Amino acid sequence: MNREPAHLLTVKDLAVEYWTRRGIVRAVEDISFSLDKGETLGVVGESGSGKSTLGLSLIHLVPYPGRIIRGTILLEGQNILKFGNKETRDLRGRRISYVFQDPMTSLNPVERIKNHFIELIRTHEPKVTASEAITRTRKLFKDVGIQPERIDDYPHQLSGGMRQRVMIALALALNPSIVIADEPTTALDVIVQAKILDLLKTLQDTYGMALMLITHDLSIVLERSDKIMVMYAGRIVEQALSMTLYAQAQHPYSQGLLKSIPNIELAEQKLTAIGGAPPDLRNPPTGCPFWPRCPYIMEICKIKDPPLFQTSKDHFAKCYLYGGEKSS
Amino acid sequence: MQKKSKARKSMVSSLMPSLGSLAKRGLAGWLVIIGIVLVTAIVVVTMISPWIRPHDPSTILVGQPLVAPNSQFPFGTNDLGQDVFSRALSGGGIMLQVSILSVAICLLIGVPLGLFSSYAGGIVDRIFCLIMDSIYAFPGLVLAIAVAAMLGRGVTNMAISIAVVYVPSYFRVIRSQVLSIKEMPYVEAANSIGAKTRTVLSRYILPNVVPSIVVIATVNFADAILTAAGLTFIGLGVPVDIPDWGWDLTNGRRLLTSGAWWVITFPGIMIILLALGFTLIGEGLSELLNPRLEQ
Amino acid sequence: MTLRSYVISRIILTIPMIFILLTMVFVVIRILPGDPVLLHFEKAENLAAMEEMRHRLGLDKPIWVQYFEYVAGIFRGDLGESMQDYSPVAQQIWSAFPATMELAIFSMVVAVAVGIFFGVESSKAYNKPQDHMIRIFGIVAYAIPVFFLGMILQITLGVGLHLLPTGLRFNPTLSTPTGISIGNVHFSTGLYTVDSLLEGNIYKFVETLRYLFLPSLTLGLVLSGVFIRLTRSNMLETLRLDFVTAARARGLSENKVTYSYALRNAFLPVLTMMGLQFATLLGGAVLTETTFSWPGLGRYIVDRIGFRDYTAIQGAVVLFGIFVSVVSLVVDLLYAYLDPRIRL
Repeated sequence: MNREPAHLLTVKDLAVEYWTRRGIVRAVEDISFSLDKGETLGVVGESGSGKSTLGLSLIHLVPYPGRIIRGTILLEGQNILKFGNKETRDLRGRRISYVFQDPMTSLNPVERIKNHFIELIRTHEPKVTASEAITRTRKLFKDVGIQPERIDDYPHQLSGGMRQRVMIALALALNPSIVIADEPTTALDVIVQAKILDLLKTLQDTYGMALMLITHDLSIVLERSDKIMVMYAGRIVEQALSMTLYAQAQHPYSQGLLKSIPNIELAEQKLTAIGGAPPDLRNPPTGCPFWPRCPYIMEICKIKDPPLFQTSKDHFAKCYLYGGEKSS
Repeated sequence: MQKKSKARKSMVSSLMPSLGSLAKRGLAGWLVIIGIVLVTAIVVVTMISPWIRPHDPSTILVGQPLVAPNSQFPFGTNDLGQDVFSRALSGGGIMLQVSILSVAICLLIGVPLGLFSSYAGGIVDRIFCLIMDSIYAFPGLVLAIAVAAMLGRGVTNMAISIAVVYVPSYFRVIRSQVLSIKEMPYVEAANSIGAKTRTVLSRYILPNVVPSIVVIATVNFADAILTAAGLTFIGLGVPVDIPDWGWDLTNGRRLLTSGAWWVITFPGIMIILLALGFTLIGEGLSELLNPRLEQ
Repeated sequence: MTLRSYVISRIILTIPMIFILLTMVFVVIRILPGDPVLLHFEKAENLAAMEEMRHRLGLDKPIWVQYFEYVAGIFRGDLGESMQDYSPVAQQIWSAFPATMELAIFSMVVAVAVGIFFGVESSKAYNKPQDHMIRIFGIVAYAIPVFFLGMILQITLGVGLHLLPTGLRFNPTLSTPTGISIGNVHFSTGLYTVDSLLEGNIYKFVETLRYLFLPSLTLGLVLSGVFIRLTRSNMLETLRLDFVTAARARGLSENKVTYSYALRNAFLPVLTMMGLQFATLLGGAVLTETTFSWPGLGRYIVDRIGFRDYTAIQGAVVLFGIFVSVVSLVVDLLYAYLDPRIRL
């Protein structure tokens, strides 16, 4: 009997709904995956695919009017969703950290940078004095590549790239086992993007944390993650090791994503976009949510939502091309 | 014959659904409905009061003076033996007259001024703005008191005093609306085909400004009522023997020490309900027209 | 724009506004009714007395001369002479002005405190029953005539409970607080709270607060509606912002997030609103002072109306106007100083 070794993080059957005035939106559906120590997981999807909601669920911070309606999230064996207030706050920032998308708006504008750190450290480790906290902050700044003098500045005095480094430093301050980075580079310009991503990799080597990279840009995660989860309309449509995905993407959506990545080495290329638009999640189409845009639809696709088929050891695809009922 | 009745029918049916559709618009719609109900109820009650009140409100000694509310006099009697209930039913007349008049004056003066000034722009606009801002910054009631004191008592004078204070509000609202509309492409287009200023103002800008005018007018109504009450309290009210809530409040004040709470309470509640009615309409309309994106 | 240039331009802007204010008052009182002296005497009977008054008060001079003397007088601190006894208006309102200021300050404190407290509670309980109740309270509070609320409070808390005085500013059996003298210099603010503390007299201090309580509660409650709504909407907006979610994601407690993060960022608009509401506050103060027999500037004006003393009214109204302009200037400058985004 093959017993799988316990993972650092195991998510099973997670579903999240937003109860808005205009209807219930199923933002995340039927999500199961695992993450191991030091591993990098890439989560890819368009806006509205539910990837940010997924990230926030992992620290139990889905904003009103959202609710987690089903599933378990096991961190080192404990179900986060059953935590009380105190344990949840202990979890956030210390065991799992979150780096937000827009560094321009993620820091408190009326507070100096150093106070962000002092507050963070002393919230989780009350015995630490302010000066000890500042010392640790300076070290963190060195690790993320900001001059230590900047700790006295206000957020608006820093550039976008620097602010993102500050966010990363805050995320690492208490040595978490998992760092979730939600579109860490989308709000930055291209040159800074690469630097930040490299920084994350370096820090991972130093601090040894698991990293979850949430992005819409497949090219980022192809290079920098161990395995990738492709999301569409709140569901996982494909899960595979990065190299496998690159070589043999199976779900039509993932294939479309791959085809739309421009290749700088090709002199001329036609970029193929995926036609259509993501579905309205208040009224999703019956059957597979991707069928309106899929080049390979079969009759069954319009009727029944396909399950996640396992096509090889670490490869899963949610598509009738790989199993189940085929229409005759 | 048939055509006319059809036209009338469609006119009525175009008004009716608007009330029903208000209810569907959530909390804001309900606020407007409740407000309209309150205001209409009070206006109607005031108008039909001569027929529904149990006693003549001005007749003294219909009952013993200073009798607490009982079955015969549900709101009790005041120091002159007048029935407080009848006075509560009939006392809104002056206040309504004053507020309607002051709102009318504000509309007649504030709206054209605002339109003209903001559309003209330049130094003219700046001068008007400076004057209006200065009036606006001044404590409203103090200004109204000063004007009323100089003009003397009476419905028209009270209305003028109140209008002086609130014209700047109208001016500002109109002006900010016009400024934002002025830059819109369809106005530019109209100008480029040589439309006269008057046409542009009346055909393009004014219709878009109307919703804001309605909102500020309703809020203004509420303020006018409260200011009128305040002026009466100071002694600048209308010197007639007509039953008036404001006057009852002023008069009832000295009766408080003898514990006769009912003389001021009921007129006070009526004023609150009337002001509240207008405020709700204004709040609701404002929300409907510019929904706050709280989701 | 730098802080310095903002301060300078703001101060410069105040000057034309004050001039317009002065002119406005002049127009209303001297020009509007035609002849203020006639109004004072009501009937054109005693022509000789009327002429004498006109002459003594300088009201028989050409309008332009009157205007010039009026403005010049104000800069000297001369607010004219009373029609009743020709005594200088400025002296008459010498103690009335601090009384109004004290009432205004405490009422504003009540309004802001109540407003912030309920505004925060309301935002925390978004869309739940408490939220709706608080919002309704805010709307209704503004629809209550301030003097009506004052009278109700007088009956219930004052007379009914025998706890608090229902009129006057200070206990008539005691001497009023006058501040402290150090050497030859006498420090007195006219604010009884401050002066009694300067005197070191705690009993007088408590008495002052007892008399201040009902009037400032009345005025403060009526004004609080605006602050409740402002705080609530600012909090709701701020609580949705990224840096608040980011703070929660770092494990900070809800209390910390609500007060230290959201409220601090939502506070500056409250400050601006305080400045904007100050004029309304003073208007309400007039009615409150009348209700509670509070010897302030508002009650002075109301009394003078009874005496048809129009020059006195003019002087008092001018003082009101200048007071509001100065306060509004101070608030704007304070706001500019506090907002770190403007500083640099």
